[in-house]
Amino acid sequence: MGKALIGLALLAGLWASPALAAEVKPGLLYNMGGKFDKSFNEAAYNGAEAFKKETGITYLEFEPSTEAQREQALRNMARRGANIIVAVSFAQTSAVETVAAELPDVKFTLIDGVVEAPNVQSVIFKEHEGSFLVGMLAAMASKTGKVSFVGGMDIPLIRKFACGYEQGAKHVNGSAEVLVNMTGNTPAAWNDPTKGGELARSQFDRGADVVFAAAGGTGVGVYQAAKDSGKLAIGVDSNQNHLHPGTMLTSMVKRVDVAVAEAFKSAMEGTWEPGFKVLGLAEDGVAWALDDDNRSLISADMEAKMAAAQKQIVEGGISVADYTANNACEY
Amino acid sequence: MKDEALPAWVEYFAIPGINLLMALIIAGLVVVFMGESPWVALGALLGGAFGSLEQFGYTLFYTTSFIFTGLAVAVAFHCGLFNIGGEGQAMMGGLGVTLVCLGYDGTSWPLLFPLAVMGAIAFGALWSFLPGYLQATRGSHTVITTIMFNFLAAILLNYLLVEVLIAPGQQSPQTIRFDEAGHLPFAHDLLRGFGLETGRSPLNITFLLALAVAGLVWLFLWRTRWGYEMRAVGQSEPAARYGGISPGPMIVMAMVISGALAGLMGVNEVMGSQHRLVLGFTAGFGFAGIAVALMGRNHPFGVVLAALLFGVLYQGGSELAFEIPTFTSDVVVVIQGLVILFCGALENIFRKPIVRIFEIRRLLREL
Repeated sequence: MGKALIGLALLAGLWASPALAAEVKPGLLYNMGGKFDKSFNEAAYNGAEAFKKETGITYLEFEPSTEAQREQALRNMARRGANIIVAVSFAQTSAVETVAAELPDVKFTLIDGVVEAPNVQSVIFKEHEGSFLVGMLAAMASKTGKVSFVGGMDIPLIRKFACGYEQGAKHVNGSAEVLVNMTGNTPAAWNDPTKGGELARSQFDRGADVVFAAAGGTGVGVYQAAKDSGKLAIGVDSNQNHLHPGTMLTSMVKRVDVAVAEAFKSAMEGTWEPGFKVLGLAEDGVAWALDDDNRSLISADMEAKMAAAQKQIVEGGISVADYTANNACEY
Repeated sequence: MKDEALPAWVEYFAIPGINLLMALIIAGLVVVFMGESPWVALGALLGGAFGSLEQFGYTLFYTTSFIFTGLAVAVAFHCGLFNIGGEGQAMMGGLGVTLVCLGYDGTSWPLLFPLAVMGAIAFGALWSFLPGYLQATRGSHTVITTIMFNFLAAILLNYLLVEVLIAPGQQSPQTIRFDEAGHLPFAHDLLRGFGLETGRSPLNITFLLALAVAGLVWLFLWRTRWGYEMRAVGQSEPAARYGGISPGPMIVMAMVISGALAGLMGVNEVMGSQHRLVLGFTAGFGFAGIAVALMGRNHPFGVVLAALLFGVLYQGGSELAFEIPTFTSDVVVVIQGLVILFCGALENIFRKPIVRIFEIRRLLREL
């Protein structure tokens, strides 16, 4: 009798658990470049992990290695029961567009890209605003008046970073020189630390003493080169200050983690809404990182100037040109 | 090596089979080290590649691309040339397809298809013509020049996609979507016509083109005079010259055909699947063609089989990452790499002992 009761209870438990799990089943599709790039993809991963820690709900994940695998992975996740799928990177735009039309009951959140559909939420960051701030900081920290930029793959999004950075540097020092190099022309450029380091060293040879890398996993090589040459580097996407305390001037943080966790959480609570979300300085979507690791590099004067500029950007006193508005850096 | 003649079934099936088995055993050990069951992993790999018509569709879709790039390497190899430029030639082929599709304003794909195929052939061939010409006239080694041309193709494509062909208001470096005529029919759409409902996969009629092209390559290599002359140059250039064959034109021809074959991969990806030109659509398939050709013993039939194996590894591998969460995409690359290592680079490890076994057998028989 007792055994039968336990059996019944177990059976009831079995019945109950799928019902609960059916409520929200998240999926996360990374971009090529790898989950642990210490940057963009890793920020998404951290967001999903934070959600898992808070709610105990596990998620599906996939790293594609070809174009065809993007759509395939989205369908695969949906077939395995995912009902809120976050796809990170503009490169997933067409895949999300196609699959969202096929599966109207699944919610999709696309980060860094825009799809207009009743079941898609598009999250865009104002990277130019954050890049402007770190550009200012770079120019303030520079002794040579030359600062530099290492981009990943040469695409409009990365030029948007470079353009904002240049504007920020020129805002502080009108005669500042900004050296810009891109790592490559293929997706391999997101994960080429060796070449990133070489580009940074050549920029140092030309007189730059602060380098900003917006290059995914390639940035690791840039930061190492800065450390080896005794120069300063600026991280991107995740807070990368901890990588080399003392030579990491700051990081241009893009809160991809918050966006991912937010998407999962709002789907769980039923507050998820399709449409367009733009996260800039005003929404804390982008920021410059200040923590124990770089505190010693930032003077009180610099901090005050940064706070003032941040306020001006939020209130509209400074308008930062967006490269992607008309594919040109005009300001 | 060639003089130690082995029976055809040993040469073409037993040796590759043993190599494949070895690769799977080592890969299985890696899986065991990671604390997972190799049988579960193998099951997930095969299930992922053949489990449903949708998954099998993906397998054959990848196979299609591998057939083209594998044939490209094989043809050049028969002329003694190593074409490492498949990646760049495929990119250019995709560009050719795109320009044809964007320039066409009709509505019917059967009219556009042959034009797009010609575009892919022309652009792929263009990209291998110069390395071939330089090899023939200046002796510049194709290994060096074709690698350089890969970078040139990447830079050209990047420039075009970022500055010229990019879809307006688009972040991602890709062209606008083609009109309906630029979409080749998918296998699942064709099968629906016969009342068979299957999941969506990017498999399209380019697969049939790939099989036909493999047949044509065989005909060309072994049933035409040019094919014979090309192989003669590949076996021994001085002997070919002594026999009245001029090696220069043969080298150029081999490279042009090779580039055209690699370029055809663009039809499968661009017109068959993406319906737009996306930067990086080649995804390393051009390089994988080298392994496909090595494994397929540079024979068109072998290349088709090897391409199928690579398709299985590729598609099954991606499902593996889903089924077993501890398997990141890197583990899948390790397993694929082991197969390439054993079947391509280390093929002679087991060849020598097997040749010896056959020699002993022959001696015994003669006694």
